[in-house]
Amino acid sequence: MGDVMDYIEMKIPAKPEYVGVMRLTLSGIASRMGFTYEEIEDMKIALSEAITNAVQHAYAMDEGGEVIVGFGIYEDKLEMAVADSGKSFNFMQKKQELGPYTECSTVEQLSEGGLGLYLIETLMDEVRVLNHSGVTVFMAKYLSGEREIHDTTISNQEKK
Amino acid sequence: MNITIDKKQSDQGVVVKVAGEIDAFTAPQLREELAALADGNSKTIIVDLKDVTYLDSTGLGVFVGLFKQMKNNGGELRLTNLSDRLKRLFEITGLSHVMQMKG
Repeated sequence: MGDVMDYIEMKIPAKPEYVGVMRLTLSGIASRMGFTYEEIEDMKIALSEAITNAVQHAYAMDEGGEVIVGFGIYEDKLEMAVADSGKSFNFMQKKQELGPYTECSTVEQLSEGGLGLYLIETLMDEVRVLNHSGVTVFMAKYLSGEREIHDTTISNQEKK
Repeated sequence: MNITIDKKQSDQGVVVKVAGEIDAFTAPQLREELAALADGNSKTIIVDLKDVTYLDSTGLGVFVGLFKQMKNNGGELRLTNLSDRLKRLFEITGLSHVMQMKG
């Protein structure tokens, strides 16, 4: 439960073409930390979903803007923060409207959007949302302790 | 970080082979091409996802939309060649219960 060891922050235009760029950045950071392939792929989806939300929100409001993405590198976890450009969007309310499809979902009930927030919660270990004048999503994933970095295998990391 | 979309007629239907990363940037292009096929005379659309290296909710949204459109027209959408990653994504979102997919 140490302090953040390193912090990386990037500011991107609120445009869909930069979501993939942030996935590449995340891949680099997470593989550097020793996350497994599966964990990295999960985080790529969660990060993309958060940035996509911010980008689409900026687009719907018809103003450009920027999205700030922060990576907090800890000994035992990676924390990512995605802050939209300061225009509020009601994350919590949106979240309640969402969820996985169920076997009894009829074709008419299938919504084409809105799985994003559900995926973030499913794929990350911790998710926190800060609603201020804009929205910041914090999400963290713990290192599983199965990989080996340096000469020691880190295990028994406390989860949560 | 672009996608390529190849369409081929087969005796089973139109086979659409998608390659690359499907995200917020590339999904609109995919949606447009698939919707055009569905609007045409294609009764069965088979989407081959073998070379899709990334997919998130924006891509899932495209397939949900196409699935609905095909179903309403009495047609059929089939997804094939899903990697384990992709399968997992369809499973955790519950879409694997709803849509037809193979391998």
